[in-house]
Amino acid sequence: MLVSYEWLSKYVDLDGISAEDIAEELNRTGIEVEVIYTRDNGVNHVVIGKVLVVEPHPAADRLKVCSVFVGKGEPLQIVCGAPNVAEGQLVPVALVGATLPGGVKIKKTKLRGVESHGMICSAKELGLPEKMIMKEQLEGILVLGKDAPIGQNIKKYLGMDDQVIELQLTPNRADCLSMIGVAFEIAAIFDRKLNLPDIEEQKVKGKESPIHLRIESEEDCPFFAAQVVHNIKVGPSPQWLQNFLISAGIRPINNIVDITNYVMIETGQPLHAYDYQKITDGKIVVRRARLGETIITLDGTKRKCDEETLLITDGKEALGIAGIMGGEATEVSDETTSVLIESAFFDPVITRKAVRKLGLRSEASHRFERGVDPDRIIPALTRAVQLIQQIAGGKVGSNLISERIGDVEDVVITLRHDRLIKLLGVQLESQEVLAIFKRLNFSAKYKNGEYSVQVPTRRQDVTIEVDLIEEVARLYGYDRIPSSLLKGKNIPGKLTKEQKIRRIIRQTLRGLGLNEVITYSLTSPEVNQKTVSLNPNANPIHLSMPMSSERSILRTTLLPHLIETAAYNTHHGNYDVAIFEMGATYISKEQKLTKLPEEKLELAMLLTGKYRSTNWQYEGMTGGDFFVMKGILEALLQRLGIQQAEVKAATFEGLHPGRSASIWLSGQVVGLLGQLHPKVAKEYDLGDTVVCQLDLDLLCQAAEDSVTYQSLPRYPAVTRDLAIIVKQNVVSKEVEEGIKEAAGELLESVHLFDVFTGEQIGEGKKNLAYSLVYRAKNRTLTDEEVQKVHDQIIHHLEKTVEAKLR
Amino acid sequence: MQKRLNELKIIAETKIKSAHDLNTLKELKVKFLGKKGELTSVLRGMGGLSPEERPQVGALANEIRNRLESLISSKTEELEEEKLEKQLREQTVDVTLPGLPLTVGAIHPLQAIWEQMEDIFIGMGFEVAEGPEVETDKYNFEMLNFLKEHPARDMQDSFYINPEILLRTHTSSVQPRTMLAKEGEVPVRIICPGKVYRRDSDDATHSHQFMQIEGLVVDRGVSMSELKGVLLTFIQKMFGKETEIRLRPSFFPFTEPSVEIDIYDPQKGWLEILGAGMVHPRVLEKSGYNPEHYTGFAFGTGIERIAMLKYGIDDIRHFYNNDLRFLRQFQSE
Repeated sequence: MLVSYEWLSKYVDLDGISAEDIAEELNRTGIEVEVIYTRDNGVNHVVIGKVLVVEPHPAADRLKVCSVFVGKGEPLQIVCGAPNVAEGQLVPVALVGATLPGGVKIKKTKLRGVESHGMICSAKELGLPEKMIMKEQLEGILVLGKDAPIGQNIKKYLGMDDQVIELQLTPNRADCLSMIGVAFEIAAIFDRKLNLPDIEEQKVKGKESPIHLRIESEEDCPFFAAQVVHNIKVGPSPQWLQNFLISAGIRPINNIVDITNYVMIETGQPLHAYDYQKITDGKIVVRRARLGETIITLDGTKRKCDEETLLITDGKEALGIAGIMGGEATEVSDETTSVLIESAFFDPVITRKAVRKLGLRSEASHRFERGVDPDRIIPALTRAVQLIQQIAGGKVGSNLISERIGDVEDVVITLRHDRLIKLLGVQLESQEVLAIFKRLNFSAKYKNGEYSVQVPTRRQDVTIEVDLIEEVARLYGYDRIPSSLLKGKNIPGKLTKEQKIRRIIRQTLRGLGLNEVITYSLTSPEVNQKTVSLNPNANPIHLSMPMSSERSILRTTLLPHLIETAAYNTHHGNYDVAIFEMGATYISKEQKLTKLPEEKLELAMLLTGKYRSTNWQYEGMTGGDFFVMKGILEALLQRLGIQQAEVKAATFEGLHPGRSASIWLSGQVVGLLGQLHPKVAKEYDLGDTVVCQLDLDLLCQAAEDSVTYQSLPRYPAVTRDLAIIVKQNVVSKEVEEGIKEAAGELLESVHLFDVFTGEQIGEGKKNLAYSLVYRAKNRTLTDEEVQKVHDQIIHHLEKTVEAKLR
Repeated sequence: MQKRLNELKIIAETKIKSAHDLNTLKELKVKFLGKKGELTSVLRGMGGLSPEERPQVGALANEIRNRLESLISSKTEELEEEKLEKQLREQTVDVTLPGLPLTVGAIHPLQAIWEQMEDIFIGMGFEVAEGPEVETDKYNFEMLNFLKEHPARDMQDSFYINPEILLRTHTSSVQPRTMLAKEGEVPVRIICPGKVYRRDSDDATHSHQFMQIEGLVVDRGVSMSELKGVLLTFIQKMFGKETEIRLRPSFFPFTEPSVEIDIYDPQKGWLEILGAGMVHPRVLEKSGYNPEHYTGFAFGTGIERIAMLKYGIDDIRHFYNNDLRFLRQFQSE
């Protein structure tokens, strides 16, 4: 809502109150002020002049030499290039020394040899926004109305020195979508007097009404009023009216339309003017549209309606879309001599539905959607008729007719004093409260600890006790409410086990050099399919109206965006990428969602480039190596106290078939680990890249959050190495299990410390070297004992994996 | 014989003193004091001495042996010390060379704020609740007093999946979920951090995905002055003890009275930071709490907004681009 300071001052005493004061106090009491501005755009020293003489320029066909009187002194000689300049016109004249928008300065100049002492301005040169200028004023110099006083500052005449206060209204404060509503608010805040316009209903005697009204859809339109005015003269509005409309952000059209808009801004009640002669038989029927029924609206667009659109018709043809926009066929034009003015209440929900379906909004629909004040329907209509008579001439052609279903009365709400005090935590006296209601123009009585408050219909947002408490609080001042600590029972705050473990995982991975990233949950089907998922059978969930195909479905895996993040960084010169993300994937088995999907928390990690960079002393460590990621995974599992996890070879779409594995925990797959398939990596311009993905919920479940101490060994250990040669396809895990099986309980640990192949080992073979630690709980082991077990192991491995001792 | 011994002593002393390395010293020890050494061989001639002379020569010989032994041992120590010093000199490194390139990862700034806020509110007795990001219209809107076809819904343009299911537009949806789960139990003191989604085109100040933290307190007799106290504590812990706040009346369908909280920034003036209010009686009622007996307050804030203010970040897209040059700046958070 744009509020003109000058316009506002017509309804409330603003003496000694500046626009800045208004802004500050509105902000403090609950209406956000976006900005205050004047419309002057830096214009200075521009006055109204009269073109006395226009003569051709001796040296240029397109230029004219004008003599312009600016109210004092000799007429000025000004060279003008506009084709529409003519003798007798009143025009804005930028004097020598004037400034115009964009810092333009006017100097005395010579144009093709003729001196020019100033400039006659166009609307554009004065910085008037194109949207706010009447269409006929767009071309050439701005020709002013005949009442323009010669010599007056143009800023004053065009209202450009007025200040505009822009309000950012919340949806509940529909009452402030009018100047009078804002005036009530200002009067309440500053405790000032209101000065509302006198409105008198205009009547004619004993004539049959020229309007035949029928409301077929009473729920959608419980209140409809109209009046006809004959013998009007359509033309431009007086300048003051145009100025106010421009300040309110509305383009002046002609006096009739301007008056309906003026009254809408003044009262908050949207009106519509129809060319009465174009309404067949003066018939007005309010009804729902039929499916597919069309109407061409004022903006020249053909609109297709359905049964959820309310129309104003003449019984056959649609005249307008109720509460949103009138039709072109009954538009008020220069030829119009009689108008029918409509003032009605249209249901907010039906209006809103039509707005959404038609994609058509207007100042009127904005107000109907929020609910207009039924008590202003008649006064607004009467006010418009009064102004039409004053400004466009004419004679009232009918009595005001109205049809009203049901009655809206002021609401009376009870407010308990102790409730007020308890909810706010402020000690207030009843006199203070009553004074606030008085300022709000709510009539209130106090008796037995209760206020009985009559809320005017303009404040439709105030319906229950707590709404009154808010009214009292905001005028009392939120800043005056004291602050206190929570008074209730003391309970300790805490994180759940899962929340704690998620923090531990984050800390551990950070300690291991991984950076946390957060990527978007929305993605495209193509990207989502790029790589492997822990949930390959999930149906991605589609948005019904995505903003772009790039963000049209919910991800079922974290990896694609992690890969994109790695690619983004590589392209920006960050070649060494070690990242992880924890977040939800959205899994549903349904094709069409009838219940909420499962939101599975996942942990995904990615390494590419160098995990550790080379320095003067040490070789660097490649990040895109399966075993670097496996090491990180193992460290993480260690930190979580998860010992029983297993990594088994597995192949996945999008991963290197020979370098990928699934991660198992208590008989189920909880994750995967592998090198990105070279084809996928190449697509993203990445080198060797490894990824790991884990089901976070399962991981949290398996994590230990307590430790049981094991006593330290009391007898020494014996360490023996074991180097064997096996076939290439024998996996380390199998050998290790063989060792444990054959060794029995004297074996404390096995550690693989070397793997190598080469000529000396033989084709298709590899050498595995283990370090074995033996220990007994109750004695020091002898060499003989150890040798015996060691031999058993060798025999066993010879049998099971055809191992040969090296 | 005594003369021989004294001569030997002088020679040995001279040689020992002038020894330059441990090997020479070892050789000298053998040469003079060893089993076949010179002192021994001199003493072998003791058989030819008179019984009176023998104790005297014996004593002299012992004295010389002791003297030489102590001389050798102190000389050894001296040489060993020298050797160590030389070794240390040789082992000296350039301490300004870089160390093993181990690096720690960084916390994401949004996660950093998230955890700081959790810790502040846990300190005030709050629990951390969670709720789904894909939400029903019922929990996201209806239970929060957003009626269907009401202009209040324009405040939050939503991503719908179908008419009943959408991506949550705020973490406030956790309010009714928590209250229903608590089944009328008090006190309710929760915060809920999480991702939310709105139909906004991404630019420097808008993001279709962002994070919020919602808070809810329900108990008997909760007042607006407690709302003010709790949020003032939070703000001062987050932005510093001297931070000033300002409360402005506002509108949210699920609170009444509603309030917007600004903090004062010496450079930028008042900045909006939190939305809050007393829980609307209809919201309490719908979630099974009788508004005549219980009252409460709720609040919500954007994690990006707090992070941008706290770290001076000027473009919200940085949070989701995940440029490592940006992220690594938060290694120490």
